[in-house]
Amino acid sequence: MITLAADEQLNVRDLKSDVKPIWCPGCGDFGVLNSTMKVIVDLHLDPASVAVVSGIGCSGRFPAFLNAYGFHGVHGRALPLATGLKAARPDLTVFVVGGDGDAFSIGGGHLSHAARRNIDITYVVMDNEIYGLTKGQPSATSPSDILELSTRGDSKGNRKGMMGLLNTHRAEDALNPLAMVLAYNASFVARGFSGRPKELAELIRAGAEHRGFSFIQVMSPCVTFYNTYSHLRDTMTDLPADHDPADKFKALALALDSSAMYTGIFFQEQRPTFDERVDAMRRQPSENYMDQVLDRFMP
Amino acid sequence: MAKSNFVIRMGGESGEGIVTIGEVFVRIAAYSGLEVFTFRTFPAEIMGGHVMYQARIGRERVLSQGDEMHVLVAMNQEGFENHIKDLIPGGCLVYDSDVFTPPESSRYRPYAVPVTDLSKQINFSRGKNLIMVGALGQLFGLPLDKSEQMVERRLGKYQSLLPLNLESLRLGRDYVREHYPERPPFYLEPPESPTEERLVMTGNQATALGALAAGCRFYSGYPITPATSIMEFLAHELPQFGGTLIQAEDEIAAITMAIGASFGGAKAMTATSGPGLALMIEAIGHASMTETPVVIVDVQRAGPSTGMPTKTAQGDLFMALYASNDEAPRFVIAPDSVEDCFYQMVNAFNLAERYQVPVIVLTDQAMSERVETIRPIDWKGITVIDRLVPELEDGFGGDGYRRYALTEDGISAMALPGMRGGHYVAEGLEHNEIGAPNYSPEMHRAMTEKRHRKVESARRELRDWSVVHEWGDPGAEIGIIGWGSTKGTVREAIARAMNEGIRVGAIFPEMLLPMPDVEIRAFLANKRIIIVPELNYRGMFGDVIAHRYNVKVRHVTKYDGLPFQVRNIYNAIAEAADDLVSGVLGCWSPCGGRESPSKEQYIDQGQGTADVLLMRAGGDS
Repeated sequence: MITLAADEQLNVRDLKSDVKPIWCPGCGDFGVLNSTMKVIVDLHLDPASVAVVSGIGCSGRFPAFLNAYGFHGVHGRALPLATGLKAARPDLTVFVVGGDGDAFSIGGGHLSHAARRNIDITYVVMDNEIYGLTKGQPSATSPSDILELSTRGDSKGNRKGMMGLLNTHRAEDALNPLAMVLAYNASFVARGFSGRPKELAELIRAGAEHRGFSFIQVMSPCVTFYNTYSHLRDTMTDLPADHDPADKFKALALALDSSAMYTGIFFQEQRPTFDERVDAMRRQPSENYMDQVLDRFMP
Repeated sequence: MAKSNFVIRMGGESGEGIVTIGEVFVRIAAYSGLEVFTFRTFPAEIMGGHVMYQARIGRERVLSQGDEMHVLVAMNQEGFENHIKDLIPGGCLVYDSDVFTPPESSRYRPYAVPVTDLSKQINFSRGKNLIMVGALGQLFGLPLDKSEQMVERRLGKYQSLLPLNLESLRLGRDYVREHYPERPPFYLEPPESPTEERLVMTGNQATALGALAAGCRFYSGYPITPATSIMEFLAHELPQFGGTLIQAEDEIAAITMAIGASFGGAKAMTATSGPGLALMIEAIGHASMTETPVVIVDVQRAGPSTGMPTKTAQGDLFMALYASNDEAPRFVIAPDSVEDCFYQMVNAFNLAERYQVPVIVLTDQAMSERVETIRPIDWKGITVIDRLVPELEDGFGGDGYRRYALTEDGISAMALPGMRGGHYVAEGLEHNEIGAPNYSPEMHRAMTEKRHRKVESARRELRDWSVVHEWGDPGAEIGIIGWGSTKGTVREAIARAMNEGIRVGAIFPEMLLPMPDVEIRAFLANKRIIIVPELNYRGMFGDVIAHRYNVKVRHVTKYDGLPFQVRNIYNAIAEAADDLVSGVLGCWSPCGGRESPSKEQYIDQGQGTADVLLMRAGGDS
């Protein structure tokens, strides 16, 4: 992490770019953006050494809204983009932001590899359980009754929205991202809620400070197509106070517990990162090393 | 009498050391001052299956694998049966007489070497390959001292075995000297004292070395035949240069990681083959849109789909030139020899960095695997170009810096993460000059023109890049225009035709996009018959030439997974010469029909008549 000099001051206002977010008023992603900017300020990071990499979807616009380096990738490829960047530039602090489509569907194949490599980046997935930008198709984390829920609301009248007409999801069940990522051997696994920005900022900060691949699932409701705010407020609870984040089996049990929607750090372990291990293999070549390489091709 | 060069082929079961015999023999030849050019086929199976290793060796530079075979080395019955039909009448058959006995025939001269028995004499069965190498060296004129030095250099790390290895070499030599004292009809005559040093390498090795010399410090790739050896080579070397190599989870990740690394400032590349390039297309458009330099090597193989991974083709041309959603300006380069792979990789990185574009380098399976002798490489004399970075004012807001500034040549300075005041978003959406998303018709038009302007700027500057090979008779009315690894074969065919009094000239642009229009138009101006040889069914390059320069062409295509033979090209030249005499100037369409011609059809119509490749050519008068 490259931090600002002691006498340099940065506040959230400095970090806001001139580009105004295009998100719907009330979108959960605002909470994630504000929390992320707060983390950069709190960690006293030099924004010139922060890179925010995104994919496609409502969340993909994220990098444009803050004054740091950004890369808006193609759909599903934010993780390899960030992996290449971090491997080539271990000095940078790299955040990856994306939605559930980017993370678990089109880009799902990259998640396992980022986790097993333990590349030192922080992946914040804004999970709204729906495709918002394309106007309300079910996603891999949508419950199979999402069409009914968004049309009529649940038993408490929550979760209503203008869901699209795609009813194919009735035949499919939702993924459990946390259980999946724990099985992928991610070294930091957490869940937060954009409706609780203070706690969320603490999670993102812990993820950024964690050396290794940090995965944070942020429940980030789509107010337009599938408004889960009240539902999430009712159902989300802190992890049990006695949960030990070093206990992977317990973390997995809590992630699989369908009776509760826990928030907090499920799992964390320290192990060598990809960029550290790659860096350890690097040598500073002598001036004439190329001659030595070419000499091997003498007959 | 010694021919100017001869072709020797080793055939047998995979794992029997066919390749070892071939490679050691070829290295001794090169070490003795001879020129070599190898050709090999691979079994489809990982273990077992038939293997063939062929080398053409001579005093003069060898340009192609050769149409004929003069010496067959058969290590077993199958090696004999598979290849004997290709041996020229009166050719030499060298075989392991402990393994099989070929039928008597007047078609070939047999040379029996009891390899197994000889190895038993010194109780060293691992020396069989070197016994055969010793026998071949003695028969065909390779000096023993060079052979021994080569074995010491190559196998010297096994010091305890060195005496046995050298003894094996001598056993083979002594056996042949005793039993076959007469010189065979084909033999090599290495120069008395080799004057110039040579390097011996494959196309993929030259490609990887070129990348290193150009400053490549990041590689991400996914294993795919026949490109993998580039990654294997760089996996060892890049960390030695302070660089990074990642084996990605798929080709999409491979190209994307390279783009991410390049955003961070590293000179980055990936290498793949056709199926992988197909997967990379969206990301190549992304690099083009975000103006991020990246180099993509496509070692073409026969396809489509999985096709024939171990066979060669030139069928990815259209994919390299055009494949994209909407238009994504990129450069395309086609090296035309093993040696050229090195220099065109340097060009590829320099062009990528200078113009901030994806650069696709098209090689092919045949060139990637074959070994050629090449001239020494003066890597310190190479010009290395770095991307333009901005002068920045320190600050958090970054006011004033415009990553995508609309400039005259289309090139705008690229800030690198870590530079204060330079932050921007590399934006895949259409964007304005600072990189903020913008969908206005005016901005999209301006940015589209900016991205294409870089191609036009490069087209103007191409003359400094040495990306055209032209030779033969410039005044000839028959012209050959081709691309890539067919060049050596075409050179040889032209030499043969000119020997027989046929006037013919040729041009091989190594830069296929943007095309060196000035040179090509000048070349085509006086041609009455234009032959375009290439290894695909449709005649893709021929179509590009026909459309872009408004000319009719004769497609000479081959699509069996194997390189051209000299006679394929020579026959087309000879036929064109006959047609010139008889006045039948027809051109062949891909399906073989002939059209009646008028002279105007063969003559360049001048500038700007057929700008098919690019939206707006011009400025290159």
